Amino acid sequence: MKKFRDLSLDDKVFHIAVFTILTIFFIIVLYPCIFVISASFSSGRAVQAGKVVLWPVDFSLEGYKTVFHTKNVWIGFRNSLFYTIVGTLINIVMTITAAYCLSRKDLPGRNGIMLLFTFTMFFNGGLIPSYILVQKLGILNTPFALLLPGAIGVYNLIVARTFLVNTIPSELLEASMIDGCSDIKYFIYVILPLSKSILAVLVLFYGVAHWNAYFNAMIYLHDKNLFPLTLFLREILMSTQIDPGTVQDPEMQARLQDMVAVIKYALIMVSVVPVLVIYPFVQKYFVKGVMIGSVKG
Amino acid sequence: MTNRTEALPGNNKKLSKRIVARWQLYLLLVLPILYLIVFSYVPMGGLVLAFKKYNAAKGIWGSQWVGLDNFRKFFSSYKSITVIKNTLTISLYSLVISFPIPIIFALLLNAMICDKYRKVIQTVTYIPYFISTVVMVGLVFQVLDSRNGLYGSLYHLMTGMPAANILADGRLFKHIYVWSGVWQTTGYSAIIYIAALTGVDQSLHEAAKIDGANRLQRMMYVDIPAILPTASIMLVLAVGNTMNLGYEKVLLMQNDLNLNYSEVISTYVYKVGLASGITNFSLSTAIGVFNSLVNFVLLTLANWVCKRLNGSGIF
Repeated sequence: MKKFRDLSLDDKVFHIAVFTILTIFFIIVLYPCIFVISASFSSGRAVQAGKVVLWPVDFSLEGYKTVFHTKNVWIGFRNSLFYTIVGTLINIVMTITAAYCLSRKDLPGRNGIMLLFTFTMFFNGGLIPSYILVQKLGILNTPFALLLPGAIGVYNLIVARTFLVNTIPSELLEASMIDGCSDIKYFIYVILPLSKSILAVLVLFYGVAHWNAYFNAMIYLHDKNLFPLTLFLREILMSTQIDPGTVQDPEMQARLQDMVAVIKYALIMVSVVPVLVIYPFVQKYFVKGVMIGSVKG
Repeated sequence: MTNRTEALPGNNKKLSKRIVARWQLYLLLVLPILYLIVFSYVPMGGLVLAFKKYNAAKGIWGSQWVGLDNFRKFFSSYKSITVIKNTLTISLYSLVISFPIPIIFALLLNAMICDKYRKVIQTVTYIPYFISTVVMVGLVFQVLDSRNGLYGSLYHLMTGMPAANILADGRLFKHIYVWSGVWQTTGYSAIIYIAALTGVDQSLHEAAKIDGANRLQRMMYVDIPAILPTASIMLVLAVGNTMNLGYEKVLLMQNDLNLNYSEVISTYVYKVGLASGITNFSLSTAIGVFNSLVNFVLLTLANWVCKRLNGSGIF
């Protein structure tokens, strides 16, 4: 702001307008977030009566207490954690391996293979043929139904390949080959240590996608013990009542009707916090990843 | 594919030698390619179901061939006009609103002189992108609740009267859908434009300054032309996604009261195929095929127009 005084009148007006518009937008984005946080820390009665506007009213943790006493939330949390960790691991291994092979200019047929991958971005079998496939493979209603389909995201593959092509100097390959390094050894000892930043990007993209996914789980799983958190969230968030049977604490059951809203707010917080906790650590990689992607979007 | 000259008979030996030399790479590619075939290309073959009457006992290939019957069935049902109309209405509305807003946002952010404040705004506006669809819809429902939501509370605070239930009004569905999307994705979508803007040659700005251009004029004549190529590619991609409306979100936002306004092709495909009492795999696949075709035509058309106008498209 130091140079603001030196600006011409036109520019002063312009910058004040920019500042105002952005601030309004900033508040529009931030306000609902603060509202949800405040509501989740308020008492059930205050929320139900619509008294919460900005700050918590009758500060209380009863929303969170009820959420943590709900069995399904724990089952969902455990399952989501499992799907996210194992699923992301599969994604990463498959994607970086394929990206490495397809980044090698001396691989005969690499453009053809790349084309096979890219084509699936624009054309796919759609809902029913995919469902029949999962059924025929016998992985319906098993964790594999969530882990295997989508093991490689083509967009992420392109991002990873672009990164490898642009950042790894080809002299490195020549030098390693002269030293008698095989293709697999080169991948493990040279490429992987140099790809930490792209791996971080992939972990973020895939991890968030797994954590947030619900549709595949909804169509492929019937067994409640396998449900990810999002499915239980959907059940609770989309209904106006909460089944008392799912809450284990009898004292809380009695007050449940008063608390429907505050429970929802607390649930929203519980499901968003894991992503937000990791976010600051990977934020710089995230922006970088989107930019790499945009080069060859 | 490899170059033509390398595939000529005289060079065959050389090619095969080069293939053998890279055997380890092919070994590494076995799993990814197997995955690609099984999970992407096998279902593509399953699209033939659109022309058959599915019989679970006989499987896809053994089922009876019925030609275009499934398509006829879809177009003659009263639902078809509603879902096509809803799909087009919602996606065009969405395109008109959520395509330009990130561009404007990026331009303003780029013109911001206070660096620290700019970083704060940027970081905060990315956050909603990480909220899952389920939670996002839950959030919208909660915040817009006419009794205990933000909307209800504020309305009551300002007017002293109870608010009307806007979630029950089907005509408002598209507004809620589109604007909640703007809230969630503007920050994220702007990243690409911000990246393009940081790549603008500063000497252009200096030259414009010497010529007496103020900041607004520099935005109009330096910044906007700089992001135009990026914007046109994003527009082609957005048009190519017209029919693939975010069905996950639409599905969650649907209720009996707004179904007439919220049923779109992709959610209808799901309901006909998997969610209704009498599921019809063939009909659902046929509607899906129709959807993909329209989509593909739109994408090609947008790409062609874009190439004509500024010489670059996505393919």
